Amino acid sequence: MNYFFMDDYDVIVIGAGHAGCEAALASARLGRKTLVLSINLEAIAMMACNPSIGGTGKGHLVKEIDALGGEMGLNIDKSFIQSKMLNVGKGPAVHSLRAQADKNKYHIEMKKTLEAQENLDIKQGEAVDLIIENGSACGVVLKTGAAYRSKAVILATGTFLRGKIFIGEWSFESGPNGLSSSIILSDNLVKHGLKLRRFKTGTPARVSGKTLDYSKMIEQPGDENIIPFSFMNEKLEQEQVPCWLTYTNEETHEVIRENFLKSALFGGQIEGVGPRYCPSIEDKVNRFADKKRHQLFIEPEGMDTEEMYVQGMSSSLPEDIQKKFYQTIPGLESCKIVRPAYAIEYDCIDPLDLKITLEHRDLKGLYCAGQFNGSSGYEEAAAQGLMAGVNASLKIEGKEPFVLDRAEAYIGVLIDDLVTKGTNEPYRIMTSRAEYRLLLRQDNADIRLTERSYFIGLASKERYDKYLHTKKVVSEEHIRLLEKSVSPTEAQDVMEKYGSTPLQNRVTLAELIKRPELSYRALGEIDCERPELSEHEADQLEVLIKYEGYITKQLLQVEKFKKLENRKLSPDFDYNQVSGLRIEAYQKLNKFKPLSLGQAGRISGVSPADINVLLIHLEKERRKK
Amino acid sequence: MEDTIAAIATAYGEGGIGIIRISGDKAKDILDQIFMAGLPVQFNGAESSELQDRTLCYGHIIDRKKKEIVDEVLAVYMKAPQTYTREDVVEINCHGSMISLRKTLDLIIKCGARMAEPGEFTKRAFLNGRLDLSQAEAVIDLVKAKTNMGYEVSVAQLAGSLSNTVRAIRDELLEVLAHVIVNLDYPDADIEELSYNSLKESLKQIRGRIEALVETAETGMIIKEGLKTVIIGKPNVGKSSLMNALLKESRAIVTEIPGTTRDTIEEIISLKNIPIRLVDTAGIRETEDSIEKIGIARSKDSFNGADLVIFVLNASEELSFEDYAIMDYVIEKKAIVLFNKVDLGQRLKKQDVLDVMPHAIVINTVITENQGIEELETAIFELVYGGKVKQQDSIMITNLRHKDLLKKASQCLGDALHMVDKKEALDFIEVDIKRSWELLGEIVGETVSEDIIDQVFSRFCLGK
Repeated sequence: MNYFFMDDYDVIVIGAGHAGCEAALASARLGRKTLVLSINLEAIAMMACNPSIGGTGKGHLVKEIDALGGEMGLNIDKSFIQSKMLNVGKGPAVHSLRAQADKNKYHIEMKKTLEAQENLDIKQGEAVDLIIENGSACGVVLKTGAAYRSKAVILATGTFLRGKIFIGEWSFESGPNGLSSSIILSDNLVKHGLKLRRFKTGTPARVSGKTLDYSKMIEQPGDENIIPFSFMNEKLEQEQVPCWLTYTNEETHEVIRENFLKSALFGGQIEGVGPRYCPSIEDKVNRFADKKRHQLFIEPEGMDTEEMYVQGMSSSLPEDIQKKFYQTIPGLESCKIVRPAYAIEYDCIDPLDLKITLEHRDLKGLYCAGQFNGSSGYEEAAAQGLMAGVNASLKIEGKEPFVLDRAEAYIGVLIDDLVTKGTNEPYRIMTSRAEYRLLLRQDNADIRLTERSYFIGLASKERYDKYLHTKKVVSEEHIRLLEKSVSPTEAQDVMEKYGSTPLQNRVTLAELIKRPELSYRALGEIDCERPELSEHEADQLEVLIKYEGYITKQLLQVEKFKKLENRKLSPDFDYNQVSGLRIEAYQKLNKFKPLSLGQAGRISGVSPADINVLLIHLEKERRKK
Repeated sequence: MEDTIAAIATAYGEGGIGIIRISGDKAKDILDQIFMAGLPVQFNGAESSELQDRTLCYGHIIDRKKKEIVDEVLAVYMKAPQTYTREDVVEINCHGSMISLRKTLDLIIKCGARMAEPGEFTKRAFLNGRLDLSQAEAVIDLVKAKTNMGYEVSVAQLAGSLSNTVRAIRDELLEVLAHVIVNLDYPDADIEELSYNSLKESLKQIRGRIEALVETAETGMIIKEGLKTVIIGKPNVGKSSLMNALLKESRAIVTEIPGTTRDTIEEIISLKNIPIRLVDTAGIRETEDSIEKIGIARSKDSFNGADLVIFVLNASEELSFEDYAIMDYVIEKKAIVLFNKVDLGQRLKKQDVLDVMPHAIVINTVITENQGIEELETAIFELVYGGKVKQQDSIMITNLRHKDLLKKASQCLGDALHMVDKKEALDFIEVDIKRSWELLGEIVGETVSEDIIDQVFSRFCLGK
């Protein structure tokens, strides 16, 4: 294919979705000359499915992205139309923030940020090939013949790569949301030796809000007290709009059952593997036949549109059937479908082919992120994008990679799961995937990550100073609470007010905060020396005191975990020279080249006995030197 | 930071002394809890032994809870780093009887040590720089071989009902766990909130089942692990006399087991240090000389589980129809055939028996005169150590390991229940339930994998 060179970059990002935007911004912020390509610039940070950011586990990821100096948290803070803290009735580890987004505003704000970013160029164009020299990715060719040289390429193709949409028996090549799919690039990636596979996902219909009867649905308002996603924001003011709850019924299920065979999913047209946590409505009716109803959330797509997203109703049934069963729902009886539900199948790679830095094992300088790696969700994509952007930049500069481990961040859990354990379906983060959940809270993401990010040059000085301030304030106040005590008389009123057992002796404030019925805030009236703390700081402090015992317990577990994690393995290590490993372990270790003994132990097929053998071998080698 | 580990360091069933080794930070601590220097006075547990580094000290291992002396021992404490593992090491010289060794080890584990993995002391010795380079290869082989062997043994041992029971308990726990996780990770989903009451009920029920298993391990440990030896024969051939002779000979009569059927009598003896569970069918009342009446049918079950059969014949009589019937039953078993009452004249021919049971060992005895008993004991000993009768050498260790894991699993559920009572947040409770599930997994050799998440998605209808 003929092409001509236009320009040189350090990093080129293919795709400007949630992964691509974070990758491009991180790279540019680290000073690399960066180009981000999108098939259509209107698709920058497009929310192709649900109009919300965050949720359990996902909210944690956004907080972490923010603490590292990424954009997602700031961007949703600019464009949210409803905010909710989930799981408040449960422990602090699973409190999760979720916000409904104005999709268009989310896109526009992100586009503005990209445009304003120093070192970053954005360009509309379809990448069709990579330039590979000596086994390294060093440029991208566009459909127009324009080519760009670069030192690294980041693939963040989302569902565009050989995208194919299914609606009933009708199917056609297409990217998400009516955008064109990317076919040639897929062919060329295979030519360059990448092994691609097919995954699928789906989205429900969008219905026109003015055709809905909200009186038949249950209003779902946001929280009165809005907690920002970004640590940079103290307080947010926003008029919130509600979502609506309604349910399917027997009639809905009847229509769906009668038409099972018309679904692309059951008709056998779809070969890709779909996520279990995002089943289509026909899948739900089929698998959970005894369930009388399924809940649906009707969510606004933005302030300047009538379009409403019908969460819980993704489908690959034909449009006429969609209309029929959507109209069986209370409140949707005369709804008009603005965009039909569809299933989409796309090419992605097996993340086991990636290193923990998200660089491809065989093609140097090629980094991968987002749905292309087999994940699902905006937040999962953004987290990988940021890490890919950072690591591509660091590698160009010849610096050490930036890796977060399972005890540091959900991002670490996410990436370690993907590249070490692999996945057979689009991967979604869950709080139950994290071993050290109590340490990886959303309230302390800044404490966990900002300093590390600042030292590699990503988090800004302003962010770092804010973190230092929080850290100082919280620890000083913590110490003060451990020392300051109150007498039974001083505490009497507050004890009565909150139904707490009266004191017998003087007790420190920290001790009092540990009582379930009391809190840091509750003790404000008997604690006049209290300094001014932000809400975020007060939250952090309260968790530290209330859950001290559990936190200490987890810290001990982490210490054990780190021991194996700190035993580094060289990526060039030849496992054939280790005698005593089982054959399966040889093969897996030689293929994966884990970076630490800890990671080696998480590879399926490597047993604890193999780790022992390895440990002994390493010790032997160390002594030889 | 490493766990403190413990194991019986001497070979199984040999010698009059058995040594238990403990290694790790808590070694001294544990010894203080279970050891009382000098002669035993009282069990108020207040006095701690005054052990000096590297000085052998006479005293007793005591179970303070049960107020019981477990064994009379010599103990030594060796401070790190000049020890085998370069960690704090304690060695306790117990009596060689497996029973007291096991009890002592059990106590040590209760005090916070964990069973050492096969080869783990050596592994630590190596990793802490104690062994030289030339020994490294040997260590690898050792760790590998022992681990694999240990694995095989535990798998073999688990082929039966224990593993099925543990799996069933584990599956139940998984259901609870999935329900908890759904509540945590899908707060919006249309799923019944898990109430503390129902959680408490399920956890209590599951914990009860684990506790029941632990219980059988405790009372049944000795019984289960003895070499099951069944004495069989027609009435009046000398079965009871044999039982009595063996009991008299053995150094320790451990227990008369309650709850055994009236048809059989079981005794545990320690024969040349091999724990043997002797089953005598002599207690059976018989009026006529028929096969049914001698209870073969009724005690068939005891043959089935037997590791060894001692078949007693009256040497002064020829083989009868009943004798052939008995031989048919035990033909598959390892057997020793006693030609008793040879003093009354020998009409039985060895070949007659070998024709039916070609591998049987035949010994001439006059049990009432104690003739041939020594020979019988030697034969049993050789069968065991010649590997002809299987009593795996690590069976005790793996079983203790299982018991250890079961107890920890139960403990975790106890912690979870405690938090349920305090109405603590679900995510804290989940940690202990998951840990318990993982511990049970270690028993049956199943790893974590995606099981939990699979369960979540197959049981609950979730997602957008």
